[in-house]
Amino acid sequence: MNNSAKKTLKYLSLAVFGMFFFSFALVPLYDVFCEVTGLNGKISQSEEASAYESQIGRDLTVQFVSHNAEQMPWVFKPSERIMKVKTGKYSNATFYVKNNTNKPMTARAIPSVAPSNANEYLKKLECFCFEEQFLNPGEEALLPVRFIFDSDIPDSINNVALSYTIFDITNYDEVEIAHHDMR
Amino acid sequence: MSAVIESHHDDHHHGPAKGIMRWVLTTNHKDIGSLYLWFSFAMFLIGGAMAMVIRAELFQPGMQIVEPAFYNQMLTLHGLIMVFGAVMPAFVGLANWLVPMMIGAPDMALPRLNNLSFWILPFAFGILLSSLFMEGGAPNFGWTFYAPLSTTYAPPSVTFFIFSVHIMGASSIMGSINVIVTIMNMRAPGMDLMKMPLFVWSWLITAYLLIAVMPVLAGAVTMMLMDIHFGTSFFNAAGGGDPVLFQHIFWFFGHPEVYIMILPAFGITSHIIETFARKQLFGYSSMVWAMLSIAILSFVVWAHHMFTVGMPLAAELFFMWATMLIAVPTGVKVFNWVATMFRGSITYETPMLFAIAFVVLFTIGGFSGLMLAITPADFQYHDTYFVVAHFHYVLVPGSVFSIMAAVYYWIPKWTGNMYDERLSRLHFWLSFVGVNVTFFPQHWIGLAGMPRRYPDYALQFADWNMVSTAGAFLFGASQVLFLFIVLKTVLGGKKATPEVWEGARGLEWTVDSPAPYHTFSTPPKVS
Repeated sequence: MNNSAKKTLKYLSLAVFGMFFFSFALVPLYDVFCEVTGLNGKISQSEEASAYESQIGRDLTVQFVSHNAEQMPWVFKPSERIMKVKTGKYSNATFYVKNNTNKPMTARAIPSVAPSNANEYLKKLECFCFEEQFLNPGEEALLPVRFIFDSDIPDSINNVALSYTIFDITNYDEVEIAHHDMR
Repeated sequence: MSAVIESHHDDHHHGPAKGIMRWVLTTNHKDIGSLYLWFSFAMFLIGGAMAMVIRAELFQPGMQIVEPAFYNQMLTLHGLIMVFGAVMPAFVGLANWLVPMMIGAPDMALPRLNNLSFWILPFAFGILLSSLFMEGGAPNFGWTFYAPLSTTYAPPSVTFFIFSVHIMGASSIMGSINVIVTIMNMRAPGMDLMKMPLFVWSWLITAYLLIAVMPVLAGAVTMMLMDIHFGTSFFNAAGGGDPVLFQHIFWFFGHPEVYIMILPAFGITSHIIETFARKQLFGYSSMVWAMLSIAILSFVVWAHHMFTVGMPLAAELFFMWATMLIAVPTGVKVFNWVATMFRGSITYETPMLFAIAFVVLFTIGGFSGLMLAITPADFQYHDTYFVVAHFHYVLVPGSVFSIMAAVYYWIPKWTGNMYDERLSRLHFWLSFVGVNVTFFPQHWIGLAGMPRRYPDYALQFADWNMVSTAGAFLFGASQVLFLFIVLKTVLGGKKATPEVWEGARGLEWTVDSPAPYHTFSTPPKVS
């Protein structure tokens, strides 16, 4: 094999490794892309919520949606399904959860917002989705969300849905993950 | 060649070794090309048998023959075997046989790598097929293996599937490295890039696509493996991952992949139409630029496979326009082929019949692709039989017909014998009718709303499904005839001249038929 062939071979092998790592780089890139553009309703947390406070607000309808991920046995539902809020004002909502199994369980809720372009005008000061929830057998709780919408939110948006999907993560720290038990 | 003469030569000039070890140890591009082609033919028949199971089940509404779980396994394996086992290895086999002869090189640049990249393939597919006999059955999540179907809800055999995809990927990557190194470094003196035969050009571009995306596929299945066994959450929302991310990564691989399966077909068709129209190809350089633009555009259109996942309007629009843009270079190619045939002295030997059918039927597949690219319309078509009809039109009378055309066109060069023209025309017409009867009605039942990937369907789809199944069995049976014709040609037949076809262009027609075991040991001069 001559030298130029060796060179081609070297570049091509590098490209193969480069593309393999690129596929993993797509994972953080995807998150960054979603966060910057608000795609997928991914929520970015910011401390600057107070900047959203204002006196001149308008009416906005907020719908709360709850989902149980498959095989998540908890009762999980919003206390109020629909809420009228004013933009520029803090609002509070709660979700009811109950662990109706006979074993202690840990859960995590994953939030989402629709339409996704409402996302950048929403700030959550407090949310049960920021942390894991632990409930003993039969225990119930009211989980709070405290949020505010920026008054700059486009006029075309009159309805915003805040959705939460609750996942069972009780066994998550162990290497043997849930899906082996599912069968 | 007598032993006495052989002893005077160095070992570059001996003939093939004898027995089975010739095929195991071979580093000869022609031997490896034949191995690839036979392997892909075997996979084509196995994947085809699975398609017959699918169509037999769909002959009538209601559950007839197989369990839904087994139906899903057939569906998944049919897709995987046809894509990775039949079409891709067939093109690699053609590249092995033809690229060195077309550019005047004695062999591929990396002959031992060539041997390795072939011989890991049977193991990959052995592993994949063995999963049929495992507890829980073979992979059942469709050839696109979307998470979480392929992670959280997958059968235990998914790990074997992942391993086999890794091996297939390694094989493709090594094969394409070999093709690029050969083309870039071993062209005969005087053969500039813009003088290369179009099949060589199409493979050069295909090989770059493979190198860019097969590692991404390897990354995707590695992430699946880690999610399943090592507790990561790439695609698991509970752990902060996202199943939609899987679709993005998969189609970032998947869309260039579909062009990997069609670009070499473009090259083959150009050669065949040029020969049988007895005219120089119209618009050579525009053909090259069209293939390059298609390849580059293929990296920015992937999300048109996932218009319904909930993307913002801007993204839907971008992917819609980018996808439609691909119709421009593709149209250039189709018009060039038509212009080549225009006022040519056309004769209709079997390779030409397949090539003309390719141009017509691939264009139909392209048009249904344009329909699918329209975002708002796609919400209706998504995951219906319209999609099934679309991609089978571009893959079966597209890629597969071009491979058959290539086999008929070059088999006199490979074996030294002419194929049976009468039988091969019968094969063409049976395949042509079979393909259209199978897949054309699927457009209608798709537009009427029949979803893909179900073993059962609503009563109003019954008639056309019955027609489709009849066509599928006709097409399937005619491939047994193809096998017979190929075997007959290998074993004997009218002797072929070196030129084979009147007016055929290219260096491969300057060597004897059958092509000697070693060709172009001294490079030819290209003016």
